[in-house]
Amino acid sequence: MSAVSQAQQIPRLAHTGRVTQLRVALSEWTKLRSLRSTLWSLFAGVLLTILLPVLFAAITSSHWGSMSPHERADRHPLDIALAGVNVSQLAIAVLGVLVITGEYSTGMIRASFTAVPKRLPVLWAKTAVFAVVAFLLMLPPVLIAFFASQAILSRHHILQISFSHPGVARSIIGGAVYLMLVGIFALGIGAIVRNTAGAIATFAGIFFVIPPLMNILPSNWNHAISKYLPSEAGRQLFSLTHDANSFSPGAGALLFVGYCALTFAIAAVLLVRRDT
Amino acid sequence: MATMIEAENLTKYYGEQRAVDDLSFTVQPGVVTGFLGPNGSGKSTTMRLILELDAPSSGDVTVNGKHYRDHAAPLHEVGALLEARSVHTGRSAYNHLLALAQTHGIGRRRVDELIDLVGLHDVARKRAGKFSLGMGQRLGIAAALLGDPSTIMLDEPVNGLDPEGILWVRHLLRGLAAEGRTVFVSSHLMSEMSLTADHLIVIGRGRKIADMSTDEFIRQASGGLVLVRTPQAAELEALLSGPDVTVTAAGPGLLEVRGLTAVQIGEAAAANQLVLHELTPQQASLEEAFMTLTRDDVEFKAAELEPEEAVL
Ligand SMILES: Nc1ncnc2c1ncn2[C@@H]1O[C@H](COP(=O)(O)OP(=O)(O)OP(=O)(O)O)[C@@H](O)[C@H]1O
Ligand SMILES: [Mg+2]
Repeated sequence: MSAVSQAQQIPRLAHTGRVTQLRVALSEWTKLRSLRSTLWSLFAGVLLTILLPVLFAAITSSHWGSMSPHERADRHPLDIALAGVNVSQLAIAVLGVLVITGEYSTGMIRASFTAVPKRLPVLWAKTAVFAVVAFLLMLPPVLIAFFASQAILSRHHILQISFSHPGVARSIIGGAVYLMLVGIFALGIGAIVRNTAGAIATFAGIFFVIPPLMNILPSNWNHAISKYLPSEAGRQLFSLTHDANSFSPGAGALLFVGYCALTFAIAAVLLVRRDT
Repeated sequence: MATMIEAENLTKYYGEQRAVDDLSFTVQPGVVTGFLGPNGSGKSTTMRLILELDAPSSGDVTVNGKHYRDHAAPLHEVGALLEARSVHTGRSAYNHLLALAQTHGIGRRRVDELIDLVGLHDVARKRAGKFSLGMGQRLGIAAALLGDPSTIMLDEPVNGLDPEGILWVRHLLRGLAAEGRTVFVSSHLMSEMSLTADHLIVIGRGRKIADMSTDEFIRQASGGLVLVRTPQAAELEALLSGPDVTVTAAGPGLLEVRGLTAVQIGEAAAANQLVLHELTPQQASLEEAFMTLTRDDVEFKAAELEPEEAVL
C-alpha cells in the first residue's frame, strides 16, 4: 500500500448534486443487484414457481388412470399451474424482509441514513425498486408454469383450459401481482420489526399460522372473518373461483393493498422517529 | 455561511442512562479538533446526534448553520466515519461506495478515485465482510470523503490501522484542515491527538471538561511539577515548604516540587547555599494530562451526582 504513505490531496468534486428520489432509487437498485443473497432468493422464487407446477402436472398425468371420478373432478388446471406461487411467496417474503433488515443487522442503515438523512426516500426507493424487480421477475415464471403444465397435461388430453378462458389470464398475471404484493408487505414488516428473524416470524405468523387457526372457530365465524385476512384477501388475485365467503379479485386485491399501505404508514412513522 | 459544527446544550438519554449531558461546543474550520474522553463518555453518541441518526433528548446541533437532515446534499456537508461498521457485509467495497455516491448523483470515476486514494484497489471487488479492521476503516474513510465534504467527522479513525496507516490518516486530517475544512476526530490515543489536533474538546461522562488549544491543554495539565536532585534534600524540603507548595520525596536525594517554578527554587537554594545537582521542569504528556483531568472529573461527578440521582 505504498500509495497510502504519501499525503495526498483529496481530488475535488467537479459539481455537487442534491439528493433526489430518483437518485436514491438508482442507489437502491445498485444495492439490490449487488448482494448474492438477493439473487439467490429471487432465483429460488423463479425456480419454485416453474418447477412445482411442472412436477404436479407430471404426477397428475401419470396417476390419472388410477384416480376416482371424484378425485378427477377435484383437480383444477389452475391449481396446478399456480402451485408454485404458494411456495415461492416465502422466498419473495424473505427477500422483502432482508432488503431492509439486512441493513439493520450489518449497520449499513447508518450509512444509508447518513447519505439520505430524511430517511423516507430510502423506504420508498427500496419498495419501488423491489416491487418492480419482483413483478418483472415473477411474471415470466407464472406464464411459463401455466403453459408448461398445460403442455404436459395435454399429452394425456386432461385438464385443459385456454389462456383466453374468462379469469385465467387474470389469475396467472394475478399470481405475479400477488407475489409482488407479498414482498412489499414483508418489506413493510421488516421496516417495522428491523430484525430479520423477528420479521420473518411475524410474516409467517400472519400468513401461515393464523389462517389455519381460523378452522378452530365455529364455521360461520370462520367464514365471516377469514376472508379479511391479508393472505386470504391477496389469494383472490389468483383464484379462479369466488363464492359468498370470499372477496372478488378486485376487492381482495384492494384489501391486500390496504394492508400493505397500513404497514407502510406504521413503518414510515417509526422510521423517521426511531434512533438507528 | 459558516462551515462548522455547533452543539447547544445537547443531551441524550438512553432510557435512564445519560450518554450526553448538556454539551455545548463549536468545531471551527481550518483546524483539526480532537474529541477526547474515556470509554463510554459519549463521543460516539455525540457524533450520531450531529448526523441525526439519533435524536437528542434536548438541546440542538447544527452543521453549517442547518440541521444535518435539512441539507439538500448532506454528503457534501459532512463526511463521517462512524465507530460501528456501517457496511453491508455481503456487498463489495466498490458497490458500497457506488450506492452511496448514487444518492447524490456522484459518478463512478469518483468512486474509483477514492478506492485508489485509500489503497483498497486490489480488494475493491471483494465482499466487505471479509475485510480486516484496517481495511474496513479505509473503506469508511473513503465513504466519508466521497462527497468532497466541507466537514469531516471521524470516530476513532486510526483504530485498527498499522503505523503506516496511522501516519497516513494524520497527514490526511492535517491536509483537510489546511484546505479550510472542519475536521472533527475522536480518539483514544492521546499521543496521536497531540500530533494531529490543534484544538481539543474533552468530555467525561457526557459532560464537557475542557475546550482549548492542544498547547494550552498540556501547559495547564502539567501542573508546574519540578524535579530537584540535591544531596541536602531535608534542608531544601524545609526551606521550600509553604501553604501553596507541596514537596514530595521521590527517592534518595530526589524531590518533586509543585507550586514553585524552577527559577524560584534555584534562587531560594542559592540564597541558602544549598547544592543542586539537577533542576528540571516536567512537561506532562497529553496522556497524563488527559488522565488527570478525566479522573478528577469522574471523582468530582461521583461525589456530586449521587444525591441528585437519588432524588430522581
Ligand atoms: N444505542 C444505545 N443504547 C443504550 N445506551 C447507549 C447507546 N449508545 C450508547 N449508549 C451508552 O451511552 C454511553 C456513551 O456511549 P458512547 O458510545 O457514546 O461513548 P464513547 O465515548 O464513544 O465510548 P468509547 O470510547 O468506548 O467509544 C455509554 O454508557 C453507553 O453504554
Ligand atoms: Mg465511541
